[in-house]
Amino acid sequence: MTMSFLNHLLTAWHQAVAALPFAWTDYEFMRTALLGIIIVSPLFALVGTMVINNRMAFFSDVLGHSALAGVAIGVLAGLAEPLWAMVGFAALMALSFNLMKLWTGTSSDTLLGVLFSATVSFGIVVLSRNGGFNRFTSYLIGDVLAVTPAHILVLALFFLVVVGFWLLFGNRLVLVSLNPVLAQSRGISSFIMETFFSLLLAMLVTLSIRMVGIIIISALLVLPAAGARNLTHTMCSYSVLAVGISLFSGIAGLIASYYLGTASGATIVLVASGIYVGTAVAGFLRSKRG
Amino acid sequence: MTETMNLSLLNACDHCCTRIEQLSVRLHNQLVLDKVNLHVNCRELLAIVGPNGAGKSTLLKAILGVIPYSGRITWQIRGERQDRPRIGYVPQSLDFDHEAPVSVADLLSCATSRRPVWLGIARRDRQRIDACLAAVSASHLIDKRLGDLSGGELQRVLLCLALTSDPDILLLDEPVAGIDAAGIDLFLRIVKNLRDTLDVAVLLVTHDLLGIAPHANRMLVLNRSVVAEGTPGEVLASQQIAEAFYGSASGKTAPAPGVRS
Repeated sequence: MTMSFLNHLLTAWHQAVAALPFAWTDYEFMRTALLGIIIVSPLFALVGTMVINNRMAFFSDVLGHSALAGVAIGVLAGLAEPLWAMVGFAALMALSFNLMKLWTGTSSDTLLGVLFSATVSFGIVVLSRNGGFNRFTSYLIGDVLAVTPAHILVLALFFLVVVGFWLLFGNRLVLVSLNPVLAQSRGISSFIMETFFSLLLAMLVTLSIRMVGIIIISALLVLPAAGARNLTHTMCSYSVLAVGISLFSGIAGLIASYYLGTASGATIVLVASGIYVGTAVAGFLRSKRG
Repeated sequence: MTETMNLSLLNACDHCCTRIEQLSVRLHNQLVLDKVNLHVNCRELLAIVGPNGAGKSTLLKAILGVIPYSGRITWQIRGERQDRPRIGYVPQSLDFDHEAPVSVADLLSCATSRRPVWLGIARRDRQRIDACLAAVSASHLIDKRLGDLSGGELQRVLLCLALTSDPDILLLDEPVAGIDAAGIDLFLRIVKNLRDTLDVAVLLVTHDLLGIAPHANRMLVLNRSVVAEGTPGEVLASQQIAEAFYGSASGKTAPAPGVRS
């Protein structure tokens, strides 16, 4: 019942996009990829606003790279599709990172550096057995065009989870990111908020790693929000502009990659980087004038 | 019941007060606070002074309940015993990212409204925020970014934030450190006004013994444990403060800055 409804929706999407007067809309994989981008881009932007506010850019990079270890575990377990192994491993890592920070008080930079090297080398060691690493390079640079309708469904459900979390806990996240003790004085546990947020971040990163690739995934989190920050002074305009930049670079990058014959993930990141530079210059000029 | 007990338990704490008994805090195996006793009444500004590392901020965090402690903290509000009072807290220095796109209205809305701030601020919330800011002479700051505020402006905004929880007790941690003289004067005037109009107890932590003396109802000198307590006049006259601030029995060799001999 619901499945057939979703199938109808998907068919309607394909018909609508195919009706557009562009060459690239003739291909089903491009239309599916576009749908994936439209679902994932706002999530990258929203989650990215908090990644920047909480200075978690390195953390998201580590989560992205932990996907290698996740794939390795999937391979060792004999899974045909290592997606859930990646998600599970990254979530476990996010959780243990927050616990270690709580218990040991170790500087998170050191802790992250250790996690980064340990997970990446574990992944490479396992995946390079018998010289077979080439099979896995698609994880490094990603492939938006390999997205399946089933994957789209998972992303759409996750979209609801993130938006729900943002509606319920967005305000608390802002307070925790400003000052943990201040948040605690108002009954908000910074540990719980940070743990939930990093779990969400771990899931977002690993669920979209097939599309974007390990190497540049953190750029998609950081660039739209960082660009929006250059021009905005309130949380509302910050979030809205970040979503706008993310959607624009996602769609423009996907289309450009079609005509240039390049990897879509990297093309999207290039567009977003260009926008970032533009906002940085505009922000600088405005502050000089103001 | 002896007469002294009568004085300390009933008269000093008959209507509403916060009482701290034998409070000790151990952090990383070091005794930071050792059997501290104090009480503070409504409509009273109690200044807690002491040198750096005396455990002043730790004391506030224990009262807030964000660090573990031994001993007892009891509250009596409008004649009734309470488990937890409403606390308004102004942190020492808001250590935050000055580039963060968070406006004053955003901060206050985050803390007081269920409406997610990233969807924008409702007009009704904005009016409420405006009224709160007016109480601390900061209405004009509503749309400013937090990072663009001066030290004094930020402290007033944080004070407004502390007031939004309709507090029974206000905890101010070094609220005027690093603020210019005019800013300090304005801030303390507002705090004293709130103390009198809102029926609130104020616990103000500072290392500036002489600066706070004219404003406090009572003072308590803390150096891991309570060194001296009394009216500002009594405390300033006390020999013990020299020891607390300079760690030597004879304070004469190292006069406090600004102390007239």
